[in-house]
Amino acid sequence: MRILALGVVAVLLAGCGGAGESGDSAAGVRNETAGVTDTSVLIGTHQPLTGPAAPGYATISKGAQAVYSYVNDGGGIHGRKIDYRVEDDGYNPTRTVEVVKKLVLQDKVFALVGGLGTPTHSKVVDFLTAEGVPDVLVSSGALAWDDPQGSPMTFGFQVDYTREAKILGTHIAEAMPGRKVGVLHQNDDVGRDGMAGLDRVIKDAIVSRQPYDPANADVLPQLTALRQSGAEVVVCECVPAFTALAILTAARLGYKPQFVVSSIGADVTTLTGLLADFGKRAGAEVSVPALLSGMVGAGYLPDVDSDDPWTTLFKEIHAKYIPDVALTDTVVFGMAQAYTFAQALKEAGRDLTRSKLLAAFESGKLEGPGMTPFAFSGESHAGYTGAYVFTVDSEVRTNVVREPMVTDRGDGPVTPAPSSRKTPAEVALVG
Amino acid sequence: MPALVRHLLWALLALVLVVALSLVIDPFTNVRLASVGYYLLAVAGLTVLTGLTGQVSLGHGAFLFLGAYTVGLLVIHAPALPIWVDLLAAAAVSGIAGALTGAAAARLHGPYLAGATLALAVGLPAVTQRFPELLGGSNGLGFTVSSLPPGLVGVVPTTRWQAWVVWATALLALVVLANLTTGPLGRQMRAVRDDEVSAALAGVRVGRTKVLAFLISAVCGGLAGGLQAFLLGTAAPGSFTPALSLALLAAVVLGGTGSLWGALWGAVALVYLQAGAEEFAHGFDLPTDVANFLPQAVYGVVLIVVVLVLPNGVHGVLRKFSRRRKESTV
Repeated sequence: MRILALGVVAVLLAGCGGAGESGDSAAGVRNETAGVTDTSVLIGTHQPLTGPAAPGYATISKGAQAVYSYVNDGGGIHGRKIDYRVEDDGYNPTRTVEVVKKLVLQDKVFALVGGLGTPTHSKVVDFLTAEGVPDVLVSSGALAWDDPQGSPMTFGFQVDYTREAKILGTHIAEAMPGRKVGVLHQNDDVGRDGMAGLDRVIKDAIVSRQPYDPANADVLPQLTALRQSGAEVVVCECVPAFTALAILTAARLGYKPQFVVSSIGADVTTLTGLLADFGKRAGAEVSVPALLSGMVGAGYLPDVDSDDPWTTLFKEIHAKYIPDVALTDTVVFGMAQAYTFAQALKEAGRDLTRSKLLAAFESGKLEGPGMTPFAFSGESHAGYTGAYVFTVDSEVRTNVVREPMVTDRGDGPVTPAPSSRKTPAEVALVG
Repeated sequence: MPALVRHLLWALLALVLVVALSLVIDPFTNVRLASVGYYLLAVAGLTVLTGLTGQVSLGHGAFLFLGAYTVGLLVIHAPALPIWVDLLAAAAVSGIAGALTGAAAARLHGPYLAGATLALAVGLPAVTQRFPELLGGSNGLGFTVSSLPPGLVGVVPTTRWQAWVVWATALLALVVLANLTTGPLGRQMRAVRDDEVSAALAGVRVGRTKVLAFLISAVCGGLAGGLQAFLLGTAAPGSFTPALSLALLAAVVLGGTGSLWGALWGAVALVYLQAGAEEFAHGFDLPTDVANFLPQAVYGVVLIVVVLVLPNGVHGVLRKFSRRRKESTV
């Protein structure tokens, strides 16, 4: 009997390898033409249409769909219409894994485009690498997407939190010298990568670092601690809902620091809506202009209020396809992302394969609507390389106070971005 | 035939059916099949606690959380361990937590018990914020579980193999559960549920029975969480919200409180009502505000209808139906 039991144990031990030991899976593209026909190409994404991140981000896919409709009405790319499938993951990583498996295994999408969120998307990168599915223009500024060796299928989109924080830190050092700085940050890559950037520039000025958990909508302890530390400047590495909560909580405390907000939480139109909404729920009339006036933020896409040629194009597309959706920086984000993907499809050529799409990204030829160049090359899969800095005036309009700057994710200097950009007419995507 | 043999045969038959089903469906439907498997285990554990012993737990998601994080941490930090060891550890960890909870909860009744367990569901996932280095903060853990035996690589698709592992584990646990609940322990549980005083007078040790019920239930929850981590390769606090705990309890009621068969219908509803309503909403291009809340609304309506029309849940109806047929043939 004992021998039998030992035998069973031996079989179990031998029959199953370690659960954490990965086999020698050959990483590379598989099923080159999945989702591609002569007249269409199927792509997918996961977005928070419900849940905690929905208030800020649910309109991204609307903007993207509008651009794809515009491209399709113009005859598509190389004669192919873009079929864009949006799956709601509620910002819940478990559901992200489920819906991405559905997109890849059941719908057989050609590529995943703009999957949103760090906690969510980080759980599907390994799966997409193993399945050989291009995973491009991830909607998150985490550094993790820029890993050409480990995850060759994955490419970033927006400026990463470290680069952006270096630029914001430079602005603080030059425009507000000698002030004490406090940091309110999300307790994940958003905060970690962001603080890494601040530390490269203004480490000595930081007097307090307060983390928040996106599941807990009370930031009173954090703001109290920041006030007690004597911070005169508060850098917010936050999603929009928490930028709004921080501003409201500070106002409640009678604490008036200079807020400096990273781009993911600095969409002024979204913030205006959130502040009014949160204020109403708390039973108080709030004056949004008074709350937002003076706020400093970062951006990397053309501003909705500007007369940039890209903004003009996006306004036309918006008016034609989604007039019911307010045109915010968030919608522009989705539009710019979709436009960039369509450009890559065009660059990949008539005989579309997954390898050719990846090569198009690595070619470095993509010059998108953004204010700074992409870092895309064989060695880097990072997206935009920099940002500009703006302030909000008393009429809740944004004014650029620092022209676009670029930098790297390491110790490199912060330098002005090249001033020449391609216009939509020069890119000539359709027609 | 002894109960154990009979239950084992049923489980074997069920496994054969699951394997047969997994061979004809596509790889993604296999993921859904496996999801039903681990939800079945979680709901079955809860139905033993709530249905048989009469203790309402609004915090069962916390045990899934423990199981998922145990598997995740072991896969990352002890990669040489095979998955079945990880799953056993998940069951052990949440079993200990369940016994501790049970010891405290055995003194509480009704809303106080519900409140205490709800606190568990709200509080425990927040531990990840306290130890972001180890537990990954809001980001949680991401990992890849490789369990496919070398001989089967390339022969069996990963998701099909995962469905087999999940269902084999779940069915094995269900056999144990069925054996326990149809035996003396099950009688004691029902006695405690119906009247604690008379149960105590009849010689049932009320406190011990209640703690044991919590322990068994937590082991099932932990295993279910471990299987979820095995299947999806993720463990993150955002997946173990109080809403999950409430959904599990609703599934118990929907399927038929106290019945293991009911747990199956509850688990199927949990996976497919959500997915069905979402596909319906997106398929018909409903406005966002409607589409976003349709799954919850459908789930709520189904739950209300079941409670009003079929107070014994789906399985109550099936049982009544099969009894009537038996009588009519006699």
